[in-house]
Amino acid sequence: MTDYSPAELDTLALHAGGKPDPATGARATPIYQTASYCFPDSDYAAALFNMERPGHVYSRLSNPTTAVLEERISALEGGVGAIATASGQAALQLAIMTIMDAGSHIVASSALYGGSHNLLAYTLPRFGITTTFVDARDEDAIRGAIRPETRLIFGETVGNPGLDVLNIPAVSKIAHDHGIPLLVDSTFTTPYLVRPFELGADLVMHSATKFLSGHGIVIGGLLVDGGRFDWDASGKFPQLSEPYKGFHNLVFTEEFGPAAFISRARKEGLRDFGACQSPTSAFYILQGMETLGVRMEKHVANTRAVVEFLDNHDAVAGVAHPDLPGHTDHALASDLYPKGTSAVFTFEIKGGREAGIAFVNGLNLFSHLANVGDAKSLVIHPASTTHFRMDEAALAAAGIGEGTIRLSIGLEDPKDLIADIKAGLGASEKVAGGRG
Amino acid sequence: MKLVSSGKDTYVYTNNKTVDPAKPSLVFIHGAGFDHSVWTLFARHFSRHDWNVIALDLPGHGRSKGPVLESIEAMAGWTMELIDTLGLDTVALVGHSMGSLITLETASRLGDRVTHAVLIGSISPMPVSDPILDATANKPGAAHSMLTSFGFSKQNLMGGNPNPGMWMVSDSMRRYEDEAQSALDSDMRACNAYQLGLEAATEITAPTLMLHGDADRLTPLRATKTLLDALSNARMDIIPGAGHSLMVEDPNRVLDQLKIHLF
Repeated sequence: MTDYSPAELDTLALHAGGKPDPATGARATPIYQTASYCFPDSDYAAALFNMERPGHVYSRLSNPTTAVLEERISALEGGVGAIATASGQAALQLAIMTIMDAGSHIVASSALYGGSHNLLAYTLPRFGITTTFVDARDEDAIRGAIRPETRLIFGETVGNPGLDVLNIPAVSKIAHDHGIPLLVDSTFTTPYLVRPFELGADLVMHSATKFLSGHGIVIGGLLVDGGRFDWDASGKFPQLSEPYKGFHNLVFTEEFGPAAFISRARKEGLRDFGACQSPTSAFYILQGMETLGVRMEKHVANTRAVVEFLDNHDAVAGVAHPDLPGHTDHALASDLYPKGTSAVFTFEIKGGREAGIAFVNGLNLFSHLANVGDAKSLVIHPASTTHFRMDEAALAAAGIGEGTIRLSIGLEDPKDLIADIKAGLGASEKVAGGRG
Repeated sequence: MKLVSSGKDTYVYTNNKTVDPAKPSLVFIHGAGFDHSVWTLFARHFSRHDWNVIALDLPGHGRSKGPVLESIEAMAGWTMELIDTLGLDTVALVGHSMGSLITLETASRLGDRVTHAVLIGSISPMPVSDPILDATANKPGAAHSMLTSFGFSKQNLMGGNPNPGMWMVSDSMRRYEDEAQSALDSDMRACNAYQLGLEAATEITAPTLMLHGDADRLTPLRATKTLLDALSNARMDIIPGAGHSLMVEDPNRVLDQLKIHLF
């Protein structure tokens, strides 16, 4: 389902949503660092508050700089609209809170970012929203987990950290057969590698901190509405299809048509929970997004070189990347994500936890930190850091072992990256007692 | 609100208010393949200012049951019956694109029952090209793309939506997708076939406002002169940088002009 777009990705990444500043002619999108906006007169003010005019009232609700970012990601994803949030976690929380109440239920892939798993497994149950985690490759398990009160299926385009490839067409069909939407976290892939709406997803979220920005200097999230899910026909979402007391009995599907979800998310979730993105953060993310295409091409090419090297190294027990024919999802990835499946992946080092620690300590060029998607290459040991809250069973379900190493491949010259990895593997081999 | 008009299950948006014949009334008529929701901002404004707002869904569109009506004349007749069903003696009419042709025809027939008319993105005749008609009949996805592509000025196709965070291109695509293919195709053929617009215009005495984008690529600005000349009591406001989708491309200018014209 290829959507119409007025331009290709590289062009949209530079231009969509932005125009030379009408006040000054500034070519770059200015940082509108303001909390609020003057009203020309009282009727104009009332019209803004009552959604009779578009415009800005207060920067928790909208801001001219963040609006450019929101429109740009909508253009890149092919969505009807987007909301920039304080972080990727805030985007996930906003999506959930917009369409769920206490008693609602989520079916989620077990291969999730640790922070997302934490929100779903431990935090949301305090508010009456529960989640069943399933192997997203097992379609029968997904179907079996759906209950009458299920309101969302959630997964990552490529699961963190094992790169389980989400079969978006298959999972979205299951979701739609049950009258519920599919939310996809596309942080690892970005619109350069996949546009989930074209495959059947209904909502897309990003941690914009990662590849969308690329520079690792900002925290931010994005939530995008595809605009195709039929909230009225589902009958399960009174938040969108019935009068909303919080706004004079407005019915979002009636007044905003395909933009019902994103409109309520802004009018309620952003207004009341307030996890907005600062205009300065939006400005930084926009600077990164301008070069998304050229960066992602290099990320993917470098990753292929590193994956090939690791896959042939004796100190490595296994590499989890769908580029490799031995990966469970190789064929699916080739079909759905022909340009590649991300520059973040894991490999299993021989020698377990101690060898893994030695490897990380033996690296020089790679930065040891808790992030991915930076222009600089990054490394971390998930079992002791990003996924430390998970018990053994949850770790196993997510494909994480004691010796699992996660790499995020940056934009350095691949020869230098491989040389650094060689040094790290040398250190790990000493701990593991030699090759083999 | 739901009602039965002309024997059809009909939906009209009224901002959750009962239509009171004692108040001034404003009827909004959408364009081809769209529904009432293109008028949300404007309807909310006039509703707050104590007007009856009636943003209708033509038969077979949005929440009104079909079948679709196949000619502008039939749509005008249906609109007149709706106005009578609602018990309205006088109305102001606002129509966009195909809705502007319905406005012309309805206003000419209702005479002095129409207090004001507003024609947005309007020319008459309103020919539709063969490639578009072929696409609406046989290739709906291509039709949605063509109408979206030509529905905005080239500048606005790249964004800059005054509604924060909204991408008007995909919003337009979704709206076309939501309507039945047969409705869009029938609407386009109705626009193409309607030849009585200039004659109808000469019958209209109500003050009439034409709103047009200077970068309209579906109904070019240069083609508006004959219609403007045929109207005896009309003025035109030309919106710079805007294409055919004025309610999305420059909603503040549209609202300002509606207020000047109607208040």
